[in-house]
Amino acid sequence: MKLAYWMYAGPAHIGTLRVASSFKNVHAIMHAPLGDDYFNVMRSMLERDRNFTPVTASVVDRNVLARGSQEKVVDNITRKDREEHPDLIVLTPTCTSSILQEDLQNFVERASLDAKSDVLLADVNHYRVNELQAADRTLHQIVEFYTEKARKKGELPTDKTPEPSVNILGISTLAFHNNHDCTELKRLMKDLGITVNAVIPDGASVHELKNLSRAWFNIAPYRELGPMTAQYLEQTFGMPCIDITPMGVVETARFIRAVQKLLNDRGVAVDYEEFIDEQTRFVSQAAWFSRSIDCQNLTGKKAVVYGDATHAAAITKILAREMGIHVVWAGTFCKYDEAWFRNEVSEYCDEILITDDHTVVGDAVARVEPAAIFGTQMERHVGKRLNIPCGVISAPIHVQNFPIGYKPMLGYEGTNQLVDLIYNSFTLGMEDHLLEIFGGHDTKEVITKGLSSDSEMNWSKDGLAELNKIPGFVRGKVKRNTEKFARDRGLSEITAEVLYAAKEAVGA
Amino acid sequence: MTLADPQPQALQFDCETGNYHTFCPISCVAWLYQKIEDSFFLVVGTKTCGYFLQNAMGVMIFAEPRYAMAELEEGDISAQLNDYEELKRLCLQIKRDRNPSVIVWIGTCTTEIIKMDMEGIAPKLEAEIGIPIVVARANGLDYAFTQGEDTVLAAMAQRCPTSAQVSSEAEKTERNAIQKLLTFGQKKEEAKAAEETEYVNHDPLVLFGSLPDPVVTQLTLELKKQGIKVSGWLPSKRYTELPVVDEGYYVAGVNPFLSRTATTLMRRRKTKLIGAPFPIGPDGTRAWIEKICSVLGVEPKGLEERETKIWESLEDYLQLIRGKSVFFMGDNLLEVSLARFLIRCGMTCPEIGIPYMDKRYQQAELALLEKTCQEMGVAMPKIVEKPDNYNQIQRIYDVQPDLVITGMAHANPLEARGINTKWSVEFTFAQIHGFSNARDILELVTRPLRRNEALKGLGWEKLVKDEAPV
Repeated sequence: MKLAYWMYAGPAHIGTLRVASSFKNVHAIMHAPLGDDYFNVMRSMLERDRNFTPVTASVVDRNVLARGSQEKVVDNITRKDREEHPDLIVLTPTCTSSILQEDLQNFVERASLDAKSDVLLADVNHYRVNELQAADRTLHQIVEFYTEKARKKGELPTDKTPEPSVNILGISTLAFHNNHDCTELKRLMKDLGITVNAVIPDGASVHELKNLSRAWFNIAPYRELGPMTAQYLEQTFGMPCIDITPMGVVETARFIRAVQKLLNDRGVAVDYEEFIDEQTRFVSQAAWFSRSIDCQNLTGKKAVVYGDATHAAAITKILAREMGIHVVWAGTFCKYDEAWFRNEVSEYCDEILITDDHTVVGDAVARVEPAAIFGTQMERHVGKRLNIPCGVISAPIHVQNFPIGYKPMLGYEGTNQLVDLIYNSFTLGMEDHLLEIFGGHDTKEVITKGLSSDSEMNWSKDGLAELNKIPGFVRGKVKRNTEKFARDRGLSEITAEVLYAAKEAVGA
Repeated sequence: MTLADPQPQALQFDCETGNYHTFCPISCVAWLYQKIEDSFFLVVGTKTCGYFLQNAMGVMIFAEPRYAMAELEEGDISAQLNDYEELKRLCLQIKRDRNPSVIVWIGTCTTEIIKMDMEGIAPKLEAEIGIPIVVARANGLDYAFTQGEDTVLAAMAQRCPTSAQVSSEAEKTERNAIQKLLTFGQKKEEAKAAEETEYVNHDPLVLFGSLPDPVVTQLTLELKKQGIKVSGWLPSKRYTELPVVDEGYYVAGVNPFLSRTATTLMRRRKTKLIGAPFPIGPDGTRAWIEKICSVLGVEPKGLEERETKIWESLEDYLQLIRGKSVFFMGDNLLEVSLARFLIRCGMTCPEIGIPYMDKRYQQAELALLEKTCQEMGVAMPKIVEKPDNYNQIQRIYDVQPDLVITGMAHANPLEARGINTKWSVEFTFAQIHGFSNARDILELVTRPLRRNEALKGLGWEKLVKDEAPV
């Protein structure tokens, strides 16, 4: 047993449901107790979906516990088949059904006899994989199923598209800015003269899946969803995959050069260098921003980064490499992908934090006292309590992270969005200076106590007065440093002199 | 009466497949940990439970809640780990970090299936670590949403002391927190003297159901006006203030989903249940008070005027909903009381979906619903227990109600199809009890209608493309 208040990645069935319900005309049936269909609320509320989420439950209740599901699951599958005529029904086990150890595969086989739709059992173990791993597996499972089905029927196309084409793998529902990323990727492909053969799973029909092999290559921009499918397609059809995330100016250029090399190797002479140069210098504002005075003011500022592997790695590189920001630590909750993450970020940050315990993350933020945090909704709240600004860069996310306006994270427009996000997260440069020169414009008493400080030190009147002159956003840090300084020297009262002595001692 | 009269003479009951959307009953920790200030709720379950709580409670998660998951791992499921030792380790950690007066263990589907003997472990561990441990099995196998509170309160009802157990004066005062609240600022003798004159001599009355403190005060004062003294309230603000419950006490419920608690109080604690409609809406509140008065032998006074006044003050809202129809999909067991109130407001109601219908505990409420329909001259609604959401949506398309009260899974899709909705969950968290909160119910009910008034004439009510006929 583990005491837990918060989790970064959801349970396995959420991943399966995200993939299944991303497809068009695919229905998922959860083998779950009443109340486990919370996924529908998230789809309906976070994504503001206009349509009914194609997920229902085959309810596990007391009777099922006593006698087994018997006909119930089969009936629910055939009923849904009649009612909604889906192409595919995915039977989704939950943690509850995992322990019941019913032969769900048998139900699936029986139901397929009657149902017009295809029926699949999602192959995920609740106690071994999380939401992200399950999503990756389910996508692979569905792609494999339809590839094999087409092969058996002899419907598998053997040719490639005449013009260079690509499959975009891993765009899904309830993921961070995925819909905007998808639009941006399509636009980028168009600019590069490449047709998009298929986007999966979001908005795709399972009937398209047999045509995946017609594309020249795949791109899998996210580490969390897509790589297993990409690997399967590589093994089965020899399709190469570009797994570079085109996030940030440098990585987007690297991504485009990978595409260029791939096409050149296949005898299509393309030269994207001019395109990259034009986009970098004049379309994207990010390169110019990093030269501008604003960004100069960010030089050496401390930041921490935490999120899923894809976003945390990309943001770390952008901060360090493209903006000269000092990333003290970068971390991820994708523990299963630790090696990849370390390899990606090790040269761009001082420390690497691999944990899925939000208290460890919170303490690491408090210890470092960065000028800005880039993390998930949880880190945003840590930031609030510590009075440190936070930009949200990764799931878990809330409804405000499903913006209606166009906000991709990928491609050249993505670089613009990221500049805004990062710059707005730091206190504005000039304001920062002015506050320091004039001693701040808020004269509130210091009442906040930081996460990391539990002491009640005795401040003299003049000490407090001096403290209050320090700008709000660094005041907590100065206060804690001074108190530590006083404690270390056994001083009972903190006067203005002590405060300045401490400042000199630690360079606070 | 003509032959064509469509009104059925009695309520119709139906039961469907139970394929409906509702919250898991473990969600009760969200409001109970806030209500019982010195408690700590430990939900013994899996990541699925944790994910639900984390998402359903939204911002509350970040406020250092006094609840946590004891997340079961593979070793727990396969019994490689010892439940007792594991729970002991976590509870000691909770004791060290939070020092609560009670730890409530919430059993989940998983603990049911692996048959974890929580009721057996709790007394032993309680003795060992010195903190009371209350066990409530609020799982999705057996219960829906608000019934979670019912399981917790039923377990707490067993922990209420008897007057023989409460000996010291100090403890007596502590357990009488409500009276203290009402007589706040008065000197002891004054308060005592006042008490004697203000209250009629009647058998002790304990109310059950978790309500926000302001509502507790309002309802307690409402009864005080009739000379009825509320001796205690289950739950109280603190676990250490659980009310004295002796054999022969009267008890009354404030919410329609508390049937287990009522049963426990009657059978295990030998109390007498006052079966009354629930104090939701001015009609319900008046009926609730009248019933309590009649059982305790008190002549109610001024209730009619009070109710009329409240109705008058609601007129602006009533104008918006009169003659309109409301459809309850059913997910929190407040449905019958709300429907009864809305019919009294002048609405019609074709269907009341409800997760579970305890006809005995809700008897008085059902009778009032029937009476209300007759008096208002509207058709009796059909009460559908364990509804089937898919079928309900087909019925909604057929009858095109003016308002659908539904869970969040269906709200946006229905709105996109031009059907007004109100999230049912809000009724659980809003203050809806007593005379003065009737306005809050109507504020919720009329909100979609008022919003539509504001958007009227824009011409985009239906925002999905017509599906091609199959």
